[in-house]
Amino acid sequence: MKRIVNRGLVSGLALSAALFAGAAWAKDDITIAMQLEPPHLDPTSAAAQAIDSVVYVNIFEGLTRFMGDGSIVPALAESWEISDDGTVYTFKLHEGVTFHDGSAMDAEDVKFSLDRARAEDSANAQKALFAGIDSVDVVDPLTVKVTLKEPNGNFLFNMAWGDAVIVAPESIENIKTAPVGTGPYTLGEWVQGDKIVLNRNPGYWGAEPALEQATFKFISDPTAAFAAMMAEDVDVFTGFPAPENLPQFEADPRFQVLVGSTEGETILSTNNKQPPFDNIKVRQAMAHAIDRQAIIDGAMFGYGTPIGTHFAPHNPAYVDLTGNSAYDPDKAKALLAEAGFPDGFETTLHLPPPSYARRGGEIIAAQLAAVGIKAEITNVEWAQWLETVFKGKNFGLTIVSHTEPMDIGIYARPDYYFQYDNPAFQELMTTLNSTTDPDKRTELMQQAQRMISDDYVNGYLFQLAALSVAKAGVQGLWANAPTAATDLSAISWSE
Amino acid sequence: MSRNLILGAGLSSLVVLAALLSFVWTPYDYAALNIPAKLQTPNAQHWFGTDHFGRDMFSMIMVGARTSIAVALLAVGIGMSLGVPLGLAAAARKGSWLDELIMRGNDLVFAFPSLVIAILITAVFGAGAVNAIIAIGIFNIPVFARITRGAALSLWEREFIMAARVAGKGAARISAEHILPNVANLLIVQGTIQFSLGILAEAGLSYVGLGAQPPTPSWGRMLADAQTMVSFAPHLALIPGFAIILTVLGLNLMGDGLRDWLDPRIRVARS
Repeated sequence: MKRIVNRGLVSGLALSAALFAGAAWAKDDITIAMQLEPPHLDPTSAAAQAIDSVVYVNIFEGLTRFMGDGSIVPALAESWEISDDGTVYTFKLHEGVTFHDGSAMDAEDVKFSLDRARAEDSANAQKALFAGIDSVDVVDPLTVKVTLKEPNGNFLFNMAWGDAVIVAPESIENIKTAPVGTGPYTLGEWVQGDKIVLNRNPGYWGAEPALEQATFKFISDPTAAFAAMMAEDVDVFTGFPAPENLPQFEADPRFQVLVGSTEGETILSTNNKQPPFDNIKVRQAMAHAIDRQAIIDGAMFGYGTPIGTHFAPHNPAYVDLTGNSAYDPDKAKALLAEAGFPDGFETTLHLPPPSYARRGGEIIAAQLAAVGIKAEITNVEWAQWLETVFKGKNFGLTIVSHTEPMDIGIYARPDYYFQYDNPAFQELMTTLNSTTDPDKRTELMQQAQRMISDDYVNGYLFQLAALSVAKAGVQGLWANAPTAATDLSAISWSE
Repeated sequence: MSRNLILGAGLSSLVVLAALLSFVWTPYDYAALNIPAKLQTPNAQHWFGTDHFGRDMFSMIMVGARTSIAVALLAVGIGMSLGVPLGLAAAARKGSWLDELIMRGNDLVFAFPSLVIAILITAVFGAGAVNAIIAIGIFNIPVFARITRGAALSLWEREFIMAARVAGKGAARISAEHILPNVANLLIVQGTIQFSLGILAEAGLSYVGLGAQPPTPSWGRMLADAQTMVSFAPHLALIPGFAIILTVLGLNLMGDGLRDWLDPRIRVARS
């Protein structure tokens, strides 16, 4: 059944693509700007979201994939069967899929990709996605059997991540600069520091996309981003860095503004092992000292949804726990006194470059100062942030947006940079991972949300909004960002 | 006194007064956020309007003047207190290895583009007002050393120095008692110019985020923060911009005026 539906969808897309191709006036190239340039083009060996923004479902595809609404649909796997005990997934692969170098994509490539990702010496940034795999077996060239150690309700979701795309052993050596995937686009040219050009793959197995060529431009400075968009040098800017400029684009008929949700929980990360933050009363006091709405209005000019835990509000399992840490400076002061800090204390606040952090940090420092906590601001670049905060764990407070989808599992890692070590939570995550029943999963996820909210692990601020600006004629852009991606196949010009 | 001197001294003292006044009084708390009142244009309550956090711009400019002046003054202080003795010593031992060492060392520092090195220093040792002072101060040393040595060299040829030597005074005493008072005019003029350059350097460093850290207001950072908002709230950039321009203009006019006023040759010609 799944197969039939899928075929129907594919041929429908092919038809509409053919109609577009017939229209001679339709513009078939696009320039898409974003802030960060990828360090290289291998999504399976780095955490950088910028890589996925360029290559995900354009150059590389996985067994399954994310759609713009966050749903998971088949990609290279045409269909699958799950054994009754939930531990064996048998994937049926699409026939006639070739890599950009002409070689066929078959079960061996899937086995190679998954084994490579879960290997001991793997450089994969999300090894946890593959941790539950016991073995990968080739049944025949188009059938691959994945056996899990225990049932994992997230497995198909895990396989949709950019970190789980299918690569070929023949081309793996130069994947960082010459990526060879199965996707609808091939790498044309990469001018470092400036742009990456992708060309349509004539041998693509699926429907032919409308755009012949796409250019990704990298513009890191918010002022330059505004100027480039206003001058129409670029057609689209995804992840527009200056929310204060959006009203001007909205008022201009040449442009459209897309406001959606991301998976980015923006939090005041707290070093849970560093005194005085090892005291839950202190963390609770900070939570009550923070006025989320002021941060959203002041730093993001109103774009963003308040959160009370580390979970995306658009997820059906989300529980609104903002009331647990409502803005109440008097209560915060009382809690600080109870914790033995009637006069507050001093700490550090490391701020990476994005405006949610730099501006949000100034507001939070002022709000903390109002209850007696003196947070000394240090502005850092990303490289320095990774070194000092993320790897070195040498910080008191920092602000960062965790943009990976469904990443509440990071709280089960005691050596993660905010160093939350709670065996009860770790056990809860183990149970969650081995549960496949959707209702039970929802319940467990809600329990997890409550636990970290009640422990005031971090200051939960807001869900980062996905802000994109595009020329009026561009259609098919993802408004939401369920994962870092620019799905070029979905994009076309309206005339 | 020339018109330049009066205008320059007037502008400069206005800034200094604003900075001093900010210690005891500002219209609002410069760090108090009031987000509902953000981005107001200048009005009766907020004379210079409010910024993107609803902070009072007038109070921020006043306290920002304090930051600028403190950084520039201390940086000039470092330059003078190290550069002048070095220059005096080099002149007293003209042609010796000491002279060579000091002057080639100065050339070395001079050879680097100052702002770039200041950025390097603050990037290595951390951003902040103290490191900004040190970074700017280091580049003031050779300026004062050279100007002191140059002026001192010609003084060493003069008869009254000869008389002092005949009277048995040592080089150090001559430098301190006879040379220094006679180069003081030059140093004051140069100090004023360096002071204005220091204000500019501080604004440049804090513009790139390496000067005083928030919440301490600084004119350069106010400019940087205003950058994306110029198109709909131009006062955010114009006000700190004018503060920098007027301060630097004032100090330069004052330096020019002081030179004319203190230079004995011009004074003689005028009378």
